[in-house]
Amino acid sequence: MKPPPFDYVLAKNVEDAVLTLAHAGGDAKIIAGGQSLVPMLNFRLLKPSVLVDINAISDLSFIADDGDAVRIGALTRHRQLETSQLITQYFPVITEAMSYVAHLAIRNRGTIGGSLSHADPAAELPMLALLLDAELQAVSSTGSRTIAARDFFLGALIVDLKEDELLTEIRIPKLAPSSGWGFAEVARRSGDFALAGVAVTLSITNGIISSVRIAMVGVGDRPQRATEAETVLEGQRLTPALLDRVSRAARDAVTPHTDAHASADYRRHLIGVLTERVVSAAWRRANEAAA
Amino acid sequence: MSKLHTIKITVNGRTYERSVEPRLLLVDFLRHTLGLTGTHVGCEHGVCGACTIIVDGDSMRSCLLFAVQLNGRSVETVEGLGRVGALNKLQKAFQEHHALQCGFCTPGMLMTATDLIRKYPLTTDDDIRHGLSGNLCRCTGYQHIVEAVRAVVGEKAESTK
Repeated sequence: MKPPPFDYVLAKNVEDAVLTLAHAGGDAKIIAGGQSLVPMLNFRLLKPSVLVDINAISDLSFIADDGDAVRIGALTRHRQLETSQLITQYFPVITEAMSYVAHLAIRNRGTIGGSLSHADPAAELPMLALLLDAELQAVSSTGSRTIAARDFFLGALIVDLKEDELLTEIRIPKLAPSSGWGFAEVARRSGDFALAGVAVTLSITNGIISSVRIAMVGVGDRPQRATEAETVLEGQRLTPALLDRVSRAARDAVTPHTDAHASADYRRHLIGVLTERVVSAAWRRANEAAA
Repeated sequence: MSKLHTIKITVNGRTYERSVEPRLLLVDFLRHTLGLTGTHVGCEHGVCGACTIIVDGDSMRSCLLFAVQLNGRSVETVEGLGRVGALNKLQKAFQEHHALQCGFCTPGMLMTATDLIRKYPLTTDDDIRHGLSGNLCRCTGYQHIVEAVRAVVGEKAESTK
């Protein structure tokens, strides 16, 4: 058999799951969709003593309208997020990005909470959480806490979750109704992790850009915001010259790696091109919405 | 060895009760424990799609599931589609359109296509290609596979008119 031996606990509820984590003394892993965890087990990169299965905790699978925000349960499958009317209504940028996440069979099983807590540097969901200023809820046997997405992702496969904590939900503040958005990524094959990706949301008030947010993925050990590029756009009208400046600001903000798939220079180039595309698209959509 | 768990699992309509080690992958359970070798094992880390099966109506990778997680669940494998001499429509279309060469990817292609045909209108060939993009064919015989799925979807559209 490929994976190392482990004990298996099917958690009945959140309390049951976090108590099992606490008792295991740091040697347990949560399994939700398992679409990243099981490959790591098959390669024996991980040897947990216990797997705590949360798939039976149906309370953790939901997409709920919460007034000024939308709450998404950690056990929600990628496919549910991709096809949710509520998500399309308030966050079309998520709907668009989800079709780039892996393949059908993976999206049928993989979960939102799993992708966020696994934190692959090239994964779309951590980038979307950062873009949309999401808040993440973590529960342990001693209490619960809320973590801002900007503080949650600490490095490649490293997040601010303690060994006895379970990510239970993510809360995303709704965008202004006339927001424009854009998402684009380049991968070698359909469904592969991004070589580089950029997402943006912005509003237009009296013809000028406000509340602009730009996030980038695949070009560092974690998703990052292009704060300099955001500053370039804030309070301006989009012109070809400004588009050129914002694209350069985004490109200058990244220090990507070189690997077998793409060089650092190529990834930096992609960030420039994709930034131009998504900012143009967001500007166009925001103007259409305002009209 | 860790503690054994007894599971009850329905595969192609028949219910099996077996004791399994938690680390036993579903694909190995199907092949070794139940002797259903139609489901193929390729990459064993979720990339190639050869092991795709359907769990309670959704296609999934059987190399990324543990059998112990499937207690009480219902699984469809390629053996459930048709038999030699009594192939189902999709299998016949694969045969007629020469959609298999070495045949290794075929069970995964068939199960993914089954899920796609049940759930999506597949109005364009791009929809079919996008849907099948998680299944690799090392003979690179993709064109014929798309044509086989197209043939079945075409029939489906006509029969509902």
